[in-house]
This record gives sequence, structure tokens and C-alpha cells, in this order.
Amino acid sequence: MLGEAKVRQLLQDALGRSRADQTELVLLSWDGALTRFANNTIHQNVAEHDAQVLVRVATGRRVGSAVTNRLDAGALDRAVSQAVAAAAAAPEVPDFPGLPDPQPVAAVHAFDEAAAAASPYWRARQVEELLRAARAEGAVAAGALATGVHEVAVANSKGVFCYHAGTRVNFSTVVRVDDGSGYAERAGWRLEEFDVVDLGRQALDRARRARNPRELPPATYPVVLDPYAVQDVVGWLTYAGAGALAVQEGRSWMNGRLGTRALSELVTVWDDGGDPDTIPLPFDFEGVPRQRVVIVDRGVPRGPVYDTQTAAREGKASTGHALPRAWPEAAAMGPVPSHVFLAPGDASVEELVRGLDRGLYVTRFWYTRLVHPGDCVVTGMTRDGVFWVERGEVAYPVRNLRFTQGYVQALASVERVGSETYLLGDRFGAFRVPAVRIGAFTFTGVTEF
Amino acid sequence: MDEILTRVLNAAQLAGASYADVRVVETVRQAILVRNGAVQGVSWTEDAGFGVRVVADGAWGFASSHRLEVEEAERVTKLAVEIARASALAKREDVDLGEPVVQRGSYRTPVQTDPFQVPLETKLDLLLRADQEMRRVRGVTTTEAELVFIRQRKTFASTEGSWISQEIVESGCGIQATAVRDGEVQRRSYPNSVGRHQQTRGWEFVTEQDLVGNAPRIAEEAVALLSADPCPEDVTTLILGGSQVALQIHESCGHAIELDRVFGAEAGFAGTSFLTPDKLGNFRYGSEVVNITADATLPGGLGTFGWDDEGVPAQRVDIVREGLFVGYLTDRETARQLLRLLGPSPYVTGQSNGTARASGWNRIPMIRMTNVNLLPGTWKLADLIADTDRGVFMDTNRSWSIDDRRLNFQFGCEIAWEIRGGKLTRMLRNPIYTGITPDFWRSCDAVCDADHWVLWGTPNCGKGEPMQVGHTGHGASPARFRNVRVFGKQ
Repeated sequence: MLGEAKVRQLLQDALGRSRADQTELVLLSWDGALTRFANNTIHQNVAEHDAQVLVRVATGRRVGSAVTNRLDAGALDRAVSQAVAAAAAAPEVPDFPGLPDPQPVAAVHAFDEAAAAASPYWRARQVEELLRAARAEGAVAAGALATGVHEVAVANSKGVFCYHAGTRVNFSTVVRVDDGSGYAERAGWRLEEFDVVDLGRQALDRARRARNPRELPPATYPVVLDPYAVQDVVGWLTYAGAGALAVQEGRSWMNGRLGTRALSELVTVWDDGGDPDTIPLPFDFEGVPRQRVVIVDRGVPRGPVYDTQTAAREGKASTGHALPRAWPEAAAMGPVPSHVFLAPGDASVEELVRGLDRGLYVTRFWYTRLVHPGDCVVTGMTRDGVFWVERGEVAYPVRNLRFTQGYVQALASVERVGSETYLLGDRFGAFRVPAVRIGAFTFTGVTEF
Repeated sequence: MDEILTRVLNAAQLAGASYADVRVVETVRQAILVRNGAVQGVSWTEDAGFGVRVVADGAWGFASSHRLEVEEAERVTKLAVEIARASALAKREDVDLGEPVVQRGSYRTPVQTDPFQVPLETKLDLLLRADQEMRRVRGVTTTEAELVFIRQRKTFASTEGSWISQEIVESGCGIQATAVRDGEVQRRSYPNSVGRHQQTRGWEFVTEQDLVGNAPRIAEEAVALLSADPCPEDVTTLILGGSQVALQIHESCGHAIELDRVFGAEAGFAGTSFLTPDKLGNFRYGSEVVNITADATLPGGLGTFGWDDEGVPAQRVDIVREGLFVGYLTDRETARQLLRLLGPSPYVTGQSNGTARASGWNRIPMIRMTNVNLLPGTWKLADLIADTDRGVFMDTNRSWSIDDRRLNFQFGCEIAWEIRGGKLTRMLRNPIYTGITPDFWRSCDAVCDADHWVLWGTPNCGKGEPMQVGHTGHGASPARFRNVRVFGKQ
């Protein structure tokens, strides 16, 4: 771990040497490890120590960028020079708003000493205990347990400096019993919140109940979605349509729906990178404090999240949702929500299932892809446990199904929302979501298992 | 750099490792993106580091660092050995790599024009002209044009005596036009979708694609799609364009033949495979016109190299021969596992066929597709369409999804045309087709010839935890499939 003082010195020295009109430096550091298991044994076990500095410079309205993972002064100066050369060759960006000015950022504590100190032996012992339980039940377990420390810092030549260090823990497992399969996953930043063996038992129990699946014809059914599947629904809606660039270009599901009741009034979605109940990051990759943004309020889309450039186009202030703009791919995506919450309801999962007369209870979705952005139509498969429900009781497991479903329409027919939320990881943040019951969900195919 | 390699191997042996290898990898990447006539980004990325892989107490450990310093090499090596010893707490059997692999040499991607020597101004001019040509078309709302160049230098050394240096150069390019009207969003891409087409070649690859010349056509098609009829639901004859055949190979064959996946190594994430070892040599994967190879020796492919990241030489192997499933992609460990499971046969040698690759210094090598290709058939595309009375011709991928055993797939394409009486007729929007892998490939009755065959690049293949984004190649030409379910979003 580099630490705030060293990072501040490193970035401010490099800023001081830059000859560009405006210079922005983003430092991303990761010191982490991951223990992976399959067939009831640890088969991959890795550690990584890396740190990158992302440079963005502007000469007038000409912008260039460069990235290096060498932190010595010479390498940083070379990266700045590369970015300056790129800017010199580039035409002007007509609506380049300039780098943001400094704003106060409220620090959020999300560093757990135990997570930072987790050793390969700690991870191996956790995994081995889970594997022992699986073997005792005739089950086969696979998955991964990851721990690590990330540091993010943003500094620019207008005086912005923000720094955040946090820990990350991720665990997921697929447990198989005969032809049945179950799943469990959690993300977080506190080690003590993780009970790997208990999560393994949840997956094992699901796998046992998923054995001997029957084939069900594809059709439109009511469904109860576990939080794993709900993350996919909320994830696509926010990733593909709740960023300002998508709305400005008319390719978001929000277009034409802003301010109208497009989703169930039980659906409230917000983004809050400063909430310690997620894996927080209190500022974005331009150094702007992340605002709490209500994206959907009781079924009414309220608006997208912004970075500096998309906000300037509308005469607004950034909400603090920029991705690292030195990566052209990220710049092309525009801002996206990355610390997403779906408001919980009042029901247990059992109560959600009890409310189904005839329908499906789905553990998770897999390999989902956007088919059409307008209604956020997505196709994908069910995976690791899908069950037929009759008169409020799980009747029997069924084979995995393919769905092709507008996620807007799915969330428009939410009937009830679960009270318990799971924190599930994402590249730059996390999702905290409950289970939901949906009135109509369209399945379009079935597979052989 | 040599000192780091030597120090790692010595330190690993002193720490008790029975095997160790080390890779020092230095990558330079230039990416240029033009969007709506403005340069969205010109980026230059330098990434370097080393990764140490060891076997200690019969189990694997891996550690890596971006700090290319001798002291760090010692620390990271000790950590790798410590991790291996921790892995051994949960091992069921010792790692078996088979006979030692001892290779020495060097490999360099042959390029006519080094893309890093081409001035940035030339590259920007190309993209801006292509972008301008797309924006000239009325109704286009968003345009993108992209270039990517990568140079990766890596040195591999092992305690078995291997010492290999390689330089791999990749060039990629693509343009994309989007049209939006009344909630309908239509996109056309060239030469391929999801950003770009890419090969291990130089600047000549980019100039051959003629981005500017193709820009008006794809922009016009994006706008025309807004008014096109939706693809009707039907079970019909389907002809796929070459790039879509390439993706079909990637998803339904390439991943299914990864032997680590077959053995369950990816069960916790990417999934397993329906191509279980009992099917090797006796399972009819496709029709007799379906011949698939994995060929890391093909010039220009994203899966082309001298040696894989275990030091095994690049090879060409049969995967499907006249429809029969005959081969897997293997690394050293899975090749031995297969031998122990099935015993020797014409399809099982116990030797790796050289497909272990890591996405960078900070990742372990794992089985990745090399260039997995559908070999050319005998048809001209015009003849194939003329030979089809009723059907749909779909081209350029828009969405892709497949189950975790690689059986049930659904692919959407950017564009389609109805075929009636041997002719392409009306344009169709939002075309989708779906099926089950072996049924689909068994329904293939025609593959176009070498004149239509392109070695497509897939630079965005995800696998593993932590995620590795691999670069794979897929030679393919248009092909015809019978009795396929097609439909479209209304």
C-alpha cells in the first residue's frame, strides 16, 4: 500500500512538472489476492500488486491522455509528455468543459485491517472448511475468495486532490450435487461479515433442491428473482441507460419516460458512492464528490447521472459519476452509476414465493446481453437453481430457461419487494439489492440441463 | 530484465519450489477514438511487470508485481511459494505437468509497416475522414471510429531450462454508425462490431480495411434499418455472414473445447462444457461440411504466436473433422489429466497442444482459444444465396448469449435480408436466431470458399477469476444452416 502522503507527493510533483494548460492525474492501486477452487480443491491461487497513473492533459481545447504503471518520476514525465503530444495532434474538442474545480469531499471509512491482512493461509483455511462440508455431502464446490486493498487518488492542476483507500472482499461459489446446482455470492469491505462456510451451505442446499429438474415449456410466467438475478436487472438498467450520455444521445430506456410512472411504484433506485453500506468511493475519476442521485423514485425515472462534460452540455453540475476518461473506451461510455441501491420492501423471500400462484423462482441469470436499448431488452439464461412454484410452494426444479425480456417492463410489473438486501460486487463499486416478485417475465427457450 | 528472471528462478528453487516459471511482460497500447467528429480520446498506455508461477508441496502458487526490481522479484517469489503451500492445504493430488518442456528461441510478429511508426496525424486523419463520411448521411445520430495498436514484449523462463522471447504486434480498427428515431435504435459496424476487427499485423491491416470507403454504406444501412420491417418469427434457412460465423465458432465451439473448462476449472464462473471426454472421437458435433481447427501458426491471427505462456510451441490441431469431434484445446496439466482419464489414443497424447496464455504479467496462463477456424468450403456466396429459395441472411453481431455448458445460444445481428427465390429481398431489422449447439452445426449444409474466408479477431474474450480478457482469432466464411428459429424484436 502506498498511503496518502506518498500518493499526494507523487501526483503533486508530477503536476508541478507538467507543461500542459490543464493536467489531471488519477492513481489506481490494487494489492490483492484471490484463491480459486474447483472440483473440491484449490486449483488457482494468485496475488497481484499493481498501480497505474492515468494522465489527461488539455492544451486549450485539445485533449490527450496516457497511462503508465511505472511510478518513478521519469515514467510519469514520459506519460505526461505522451499525453501532451497526443493533445497537440488532436483537433479541438468543441465542448470540452475544462477540468473540474476543487470541491469538498466527505471522507468515508471503508478500510478493514483484517481484510487488508488476510493471508493465503486464511483464505485456504476458509475454502478448505467449505470444501470439507461439500465433500461430506457428496457435493462438488467451485468458486473464488478474494481480498485486497485498493487506493484511488485524483489530482489536477486546478487544485483538486482526493484520496481514498479501502478494502474489498468478494466470495462466490457454485455448488453441484448430482445434476443440481446452487449459488451464493457476497461482496463487502469488512472481513468479519463474511461467513464463507455458511454461504457454501446456502449454495449446497439450493443445489440439493435443484436435482432432477423437469423441462418446462418457455412462456411468460410470474417470477420471484433472488437478489443475484435482481442485480442483473438493475445493473443493465443503470449501466445501459442511467448515464447522461445515453440519454443525451436518445438511446436510453429513460428517453420518453422521464417524470412518468414507467416502473412499479415499489421500485426506487439510487446511487450513493458515499454510503458505507456499499463498497464506497466518495469521489469519481475526475475528483468530483459523488452525489446521492435518485434515478427512479417510486417508479418514476428522475434522471441520469452526470460527469463534467455531459453536465456542461445541459448547464448542470456533475453528479460525480465520471469513469476514468484517460481510457477512451470509458470516455465513450460516459458517466455510469456504480454504487447502486434498490430500495428494500417488507417481505421475506418465502413470503414472495407464497404470493406466487403458478410461476418460477429463479436464483440467478447468466450471460445476459442487451438485445435492444429502447426498452432495455435483455436475453440470458437462468443458472444454478430455477424452480416451479404452485400455490405458493416450491413444487419441483426445472431445467434452465432462456429469457428475452424488456427489463423496463419487468420492473413495471414488480408486485412485491424483499426486505433483505445482498451486497454484490461490480467493477468500480457494488449493487445492494433485494429479491423481487415480478408479474410477467418472458422465457423464450429451454436448454438441456 | 535477465537478472529478474534468473533471480526468480533461483529464489523459487531455494524456497522449495519443484517447478517455477516467470514472465516479464511489457505492453504498449495506443488507442484512438473519434466520436461524432471529435477526438474523444488519444491514449498511450505503458504496462509492465512480472508474474511468478510455482509448484510447491505439489500445489500451484502465483504472485506478480509491477515493480521490475530485483528485491521485488525476491519478495514476489517468496509470496508465490507461500501461496502454493497454502494451496496445498486443500489439494487432492499433486500437480502433474508431464515431461519437462525445454524451449529456447524468439518470435516476432511479421509486420510490413510498424503501426507505432505511423504518425498520429495520419491515424487521426483516417478516423476523422471515416467519421465525416458517416455523418454526411442524414439521419445518423452517433458515429464512432477507432484504432488500436498493441505491442507486447515478453520473456518466459522456467526451471526446466526454457528461455523464450516474443514480440507480438496487433492492429485493430472499426467504425460504427447509430441512428435513433422514435425509440428505435439501429447500429451498423464495419469491419466487425463490438468496436473493431483486429489481427497480429501492422498498419497494412488498417489500410486494407478501407474504413473511409465503407463508411457511407454502413451509415446508410443504419438509417435504412429504422424503416425496415422487423425480422419475422419463423423456422427457416439461415445464412450467416463470415464475422457472425466467427462469433458462433467462438461461443459454441471455442469455449466448449477448452479442456480446463471441461474438467470443471471454470465451474465457479464461466461454466463447464457439454463436450465431455466420453464424446472425444465419437460425437457428431456437426455435419460433414464442418471442419474446425485450432491453429496458432496461421499468419495474422490474434491467436498466433511462437510459444504459449508455458513455453509450448504453437501448433495446428484438428478439433472437428468432417463433423466428428476429435480434439480439445489443452495445456500441460489438462493434457496429462486427459491421458490419465482416457489412456492414449489417436486423440489423446498427454502432450499440451500449446494454448495456455495469460492476458498479462499479473495473470496466470490458462487455456485460451488460439485461432479456432471453420475451414473453407466450396461455395460462392452469390451461388449460396441463389441456391436458397426461402430464408434469411444475417450479418454482423449485435448481441450474444449462451448457457454455461455452451448449448443453448441466442445471437442478435445488426442487419438481415429476407431471401426469396434465391435473391436477397427486403431488409429486416433486429434479427435474432437461437438454437442448440450440436443441432445447429449438424444443420450446416454449405460453407463458402477461401475467397470469402477472413481470419476475424476477437479482442474481448473474458475468462477466469480475476478476469482475463483474451485475444482470439477465428477464420470463417459465410455458411448456411437449415431449420433455424429466427425472430425479431417488434
